[in-house]
Amino acid sequence: MTRISVTVDGVQYQDDVEPRTLLVHYLREQLGKVGTVVGCDTSNCGACTVMMTGTSGRHSVKSCTVLAVQADGREVVTIEGLADMNGGADRAGRLHPMQQAFHEQHALQCGFCTPGMIMEAVDLLEANPDPTDEQIREGLEGNLCRCTGYQNIVRAVHAAAAATRGAEPEPAPEDVVPGPQP
Amino acid sequence: MIPTSFDYTRPSTVDEAVSTLRAAGEDAKILAGGQSLIPVLRLRLAAPSTLIDLGGISDLVGIRSDGDSLVIGAMTSHAEVAASDLVRQHAPMVAEAAQSIGDPQVRHMGTFGGSLSHADPAGDLPSVALALDAAMVVAGPEGRREVAAGDFFTDHFTTVLGADEILVEVRVPKLAGWGMRYVKFNRVAQAWAIVGVAAAVRRDNGGIAEARVALTNMGPTPIRARGVEQALAGADADLDALRAACETAAEGASPSSDVTASAEYRGHLAKVLSRRAVAAAAGL
Repeated sequence: MTRISVTVDGVQYQDDVEPRTLLVHYLREQLGKVGTVVGCDTSNCGACTVMMTGTSGRHSVKSCTVLAVQADGREVVTIEGLADMNGGADRAGRLHPMQQAFHEQHALQCGFCTPGMIMEAVDLLEANPDPTDEQIREGLEGNLCRCTGYQNIVRAVHAAAAATRGAEPEPAPEDVVPGPQP
Repeated sequence: MIPTSFDYTRPSTVDEAVSTLRAAGEDAKILAGGQSLIPVLRLRLAAPSTLIDLGGISDLVGIRSDGDSLVIGAMTSHAEVAASDLVRQHAPMVAEAAQSIGDPQVRHMGTFGGSLSHADPAGDLPSVALALDAAMVVAGPEGRREVAAGDFFTDHFTTVLGADEILVEVRVPKLAGWGMRYVKFNRVAQAWAIVGVAAAVRRDNGGIAEARVALTNMGPTPIRARGVEQALAGADADLDALRAACETAAEGASPSSDVTASAEYRGHLAKVLSRRAVAAAAGL
């Protein structure tokens, strides 16, 4: 066992973990943070995305492809702590703007990809507060929705970006017209 | 799946990492960002006795300018490389290739040195390092040595790194006055390169003075397209001349056939992508 010290959603934990423990399993099974889900289990789908501090600030990572020992000394934010991230006292009891936008824009169907989508979208806006459709789609490249609900996800990211900037939400972009059916 | 059990150690200096690696023997494995290694461990394709995590060695992170070279620390993340003003200024193709790897989450954890040491034939950085004649700085029990990129990759997932050696940094020559471009072909999000081409071109008097072209996934290691390079030296800088010069791009290559593409199709892609990469590098 290896002793790790890690801050998760603002709370500091010291725990003994097996070195082979994946961060997502540590979060879910040892800390009970079951908001972070395991989707594909192969580093493709991004459902397990959380934020973790590293050498260049706090960024999104796929927690099924990070060992818990790699999080030692770092700070992790999960979907469960997102509303309170950066203090968040002014939002007591309220959702993070990205969560609110996903709710209002109906950016989910089954909801399984949603925790990862939201965490990655938050990372995207931290780097680029006013992304284009294309930048949103590229930025969410590592997150798969198998209900194929991407249209409303892109819409929600735009809405959250506008809300975060204090701007009026822009009109919904035109839907992509599907090509001729075979 | 979860990996098999292993011992874990996180040294804080390169010397400590090398001595730990030497003591742990051949079953030990270096952990950089883990974005290739952890999936391999989870599939139980590897079961190392010990993981030596380089994540605690701050000296291995960062990008600096050193005379005629850009020096990129092995533990610098792909995201940091892609965003670096120094890299964009002196070796923009390195930033392009880093930005094309995986997806944002993978680029936050995955590292420059980890990708090069992993030596995946479909990895993007090896061909870029080869085209730029980068030098790999390797630390071992006897101290440090430099290995040219052309000598570093020896086979699928295999480099000249000894069992007790670690890639610590990469020296990328600053090519003043050259244009460069990495072009990668894949068909779906977050996919590996089916074929990639790294091209660097120096122009003079309206023509092409000198060119370097290296190919990703056209064999077990990245390779230089020497025939293309020779045909380009002194060629006119127009698209017809480039098209003719790139006809030989796949000669001497040994691409595999797999679920994404046949060897024949890869040969076709090598020509087309070489032309595109060289044209972009030449500003055409």
